[in-house]
Amino acid sequence: MSRIKGNIDSILLDKVVGKDAKTKLPLLKRERVEKPVIYVGAGTCGLGAGAGKTLEEIKTYLDTNSIDAEIIEVGCIGLCAAEPIVDIQLPNYNRVAFKNVTNDKVENLLNSLFNYELPKEIEVLYQFPTEKNKSWENVSSFSEYPYFRKQKRIVLQNCGSVNPVNIDEYIALGGYSSFLSTINTYESAEVCDMVVKSGLRGRGGGGFTTGVKWKFALNTPSEQKYLICNADEGDPGAFMDRALIEGDPHRLLEGMMIAAFGIGATKSYVYIRAEYPLAIERLNIALKQAKEYGLIGKDIFGSGIDFDIKVKMGAGAFVCGEETALIKSIEGQRGMPIPRPPFPAVKGLFGKPTIINNVETLACLPEIIPNGVEAFSSIGTEKSKGTKVFALSGKVVLTGLVEVPMGTTIREVIFGIAGGIPNNKKFKSVQIGGPSGGCITEENLDIEVDYDSLIKIGAMMGSGGLVVMDEDTCMVDIAKFLMDFIQRESCGKCIPCREGTRRMLEILESITHKPIDASHNEALERFKGITQLEKLGKVIKETSLCGLGQTAPNPVLSTLKWFREEYEEHIFDRKCRANVCTELRTFTIDVDKCTGCTTCAKECPTNAIIGSRKSPHFIVDDKCISCGTCYDVCKFDSIVIS
Amino acid sequence: MGDIKQIFNKYPEAGRDNLIPLLQDIQSAEGFLSKESIVEVGSFLNMPSSKIFGVATFYNQFRFQPNGKYHIQVCRGTACHVLGSATVLQEVEKQLKVKAGSTTRDGLFSVEVVACIGACGLSPVISINGEFYAKVTAASIAEIIESYKTKEEE
Repeated sequence: MSRIKGNIDSILLDKVVGKDAKTKLPLLKRERVEKPVIYVGAGTCGLGAGAGKTLEEIKTYLDTNSIDAEIIEVGCIGLCAAEPIVDIQLPNYNRVAFKNVTNDKVENLLNSLFNYELPKEIEVLYQFPTEKNKSWENVSSFSEYPYFRKQKRIVLQNCGSVNPVNIDEYIALGGYSSFLSTINTYESAEVCDMVVKSGLRGRGGGGFTTGVKWKFALNTPSEQKYLICNADEGDPGAFMDRALIEGDPHRLLEGMMIAAFGIGATKSYVYIRAEYPLAIERLNIALKQAKEYGLIGKDIFGSGIDFDIKVKMGAGAFVCGEETALIKSIEGQRGMPIPRPPFPAVKGLFGKPTIINNVETLACLPEIIPNGVEAFSSIGTEKSKGTKVFALSGKVVLTGLVEVPMGTTIREVIFGIAGGIPNNKKFKSVQIGGPSGGCITEENLDIEVDYDSLIKIGAMMGSGGLVVMDEDTCMVDIAKFLMDFIQRESCGKCIPCREGTRRMLEILESITHKPIDASHNEALERFKGITQLEKLGKVIKETSLCGLGQTAPNPVLSTLKWFREEYEEHIFDRKCRANVCTELRTFTIDVDKCTGCTTCAKECPTNAIIGSRKSPHFIVDDKCISCGTCYDVCKFDSIVIS
Repeated sequence: MGDIKQIFNKYPEAGRDNLIPLLQDIQSAEGFLSKESIVEVGSFLNMPSSKIFGVATFYNQFRFQPNGKYHIQVCRGTACHVLGSATVLQEVEKQLKVKAGSTTRDGLFSVEVVACIGACGLSPVISINGEFYAKVTAASIAEIIESYKTKEEE
C-alpha cells in the first residue's frame, strides 16, 4: 500500500536539493565545503562557558581580516567540560575541533588555522574523518577520541555536529525519511507492534514498555487522541533533553510524528520547561521549518494524514513531570495529579486518550521505525534495549552527556569514559535518577545498568542524571538537600507526601543542627530519628497518590541503607566526617597563634569569644553557634575546626 | 493596560487551557503579575480571579512583585549543591544584603533560587538576566556583582 504519490525515497530530498543533488548534497552533509566553516558549540553549556564572547571575537576577526567564512552555532556535543568548543573545517581539510576556546584564544587559533597549521597553545580535541579530505596529522578521529570511543551515539548522533536550525541538513542526513516511509507503507497497529518488538522502554523514569502503552491509546475508540512530549526535565542533575532539543530539534519532531501516527493522534503538545529559553527558541524554529516543508499540517504529502504540534511552556513545578499533573497543567489548572486508573492512555487530556512520552524515548523512534527494529533490540540487555543517555555532573573530571548501550556499568561510565574523580579524591557515591532515585556505592559500581538491576539495589533509572560525589560530600546533607527539594515541590494534594516529607526533613535537620539546649529530651528525639525515618519513609512510599510521593523517601532510604554509619556519627558523635554540616563543627582557638587582636570577638554574633586585648582568646562552647565567622575573619589562622 | 489588550488579541478563541500561556505572556511583558492584570485576565476568560490566583501561586514561575533591574538566579540543583552552591547563595545574599526571593532597596538586583537551570556540567551556575556564569565561587561572585554595579554607575 502506498499513501504518498511519487518516489518516497526522493520526494523530500528533491525539495531540498532539486536537480543538483551531486553538488549540493555533499555540501549539506558537510563532506565538502567551499569556504571555511567555523562551528561554535553554542548550547546553554557552551554559552555558560563563554561561547557568546568567542562568537563575537570570531566575527570581528573575520571582518578585520576580510575573510569569507561561514559561522554555524551548533548544539552541545556532550563534552561540557571542554566548552567552548570551536570546530573549523577548511576547504579540502577535515573538520577539526578545539577545546576551551575562550575569546582571548580566538586570534591565535584562527591565525594558525588559516595558515593550515595547528596552534601550539590550544588543545586540539578530534577531527571528523571524511574520504576525500586531507586529515590533520596526530589528531585523533572523533570515533577514536577516548571520551567518545566507548559510547554508542544513536539519540545524540547529530548533536553538536549539525546545524540545529537547518532542516535541509537534517534531511540530507536521511532525516524525515523514516516518518515518510512509515506513513506510506504501514498501519498504526503495525507501528505499535514494531515498537513492542524493538523493546523500547520509556526513558523518563519508570521504564514502561512504550509499544504496550501506545496500544492502549490506539485501541481506545475516540474521535480525537493526543500525543504529549514530556520535556519538563525537572530532575536536578539531568540535562539530556535540553541538550537534545538544542542540538537536534528535528529528531524530536520526527519522533513525535511517528509516535502520533502510531497511536492515531492528530494533535500534540511539547511541554517544555520555561527555564530552557534556548531550547524553546530552537524548537520553535524547527517547527516552523517543518511546517513550511509540509511535514506538519493537513494532509501531509497527500497521504490524508493530519498532524499538528504546539509548544507549551511549563511554569516551574517539578510535579508536572508526573503524567496526570502535566495534563492538568496543559488544561490550565494547578498541576495536581489525579488517581489512576483511568490511565491517560484511555482518558487523558480533555478527557481523550493521551500518550505521554519523554524526549529521549521519542528521539529513539526515527532510528527504530521502520527499518531498525532488529538493530535496536540487538543493543542492550535482555530486558532493556537500546542506549541510554546519562548526564554526568558533580565531582567528575569530564562533565557532560554520555550515551552508552544499556548494561554498561557505572564504573565504565565514570572511570572509563569520564576520567574519574578530580584532585585524586576518593569516590563515595553517585546519585542516579534525581530526587526520586537512589545512590550507587563503590560495591555496586560493576552492576550492569538497566531498569531492573537498578531497582534491585534500591535506585532507579529516572531520567539518567548521574551526580558523582567524592569523600568531601556528606550523605546526610545530600539526603537533607533532596528532601528539602521534594517537600517544597510536593503539590500538597495528598497528606502522606505533603506532611510526611516535611517531617522527614525536620528529622534530618534535627540531626544536622547544633542542639540549642541539650537538657530536655531533644537528644532522645534525635536518637529516635533514624527508626522514625525508616518507618515514615515506608508509609509515604505505600500511601502517596502519585509517583512523586511514592519515590519521595528514596534518597533518604537509599542513603540510610548504604551510609548508615554516617547517620549514626551525626546522631551519636555529633560529627560530620566530610565537614559539610557546618553546625556540627567545633571551633577552638590555638593559643600559640592567637595574638589577641580582638577581631573575632568583635565579629562573633553571639559574643561567644572572650579574652582581653593582646592575650589569647577563648571560645565558650555553650554560646558558640558554629557559624564560622571567627574562622573567616582571623588573619593569623589561629581558629581550629574539628 | 494597553499591553494586556494586545496580548489578549493573540488568543482569539481563548479558553481555560490558555490561562497559563496568557499569564506567562503578561509576566514577560510587565515583569510580574499585578492584581489589576489578574482581574483583567479573569474578565477575559470569564473566570473568578480567585481561581487565577490559585493557579498562579501554584507555579514557581509567577511573581507578584517586580524584579530588580538585574535578576539573579542562583541554581540549587544537586550538582551545583555538591560543588558548593550553598556558599554561592550565601555570598550573593551577603553582597547584596537581601535574602533570596527579594529585591534590593534601590531596585537594582533581585535574587531568586531556581531548582535547576540545566547547565549541570558547569556547576555551580548563576544566571543574571539570562546570561550564564559558570563555575562561580564566592570570590568570583563579588567581582560579577561589582561589574554590574560599575556598569550602572556609568
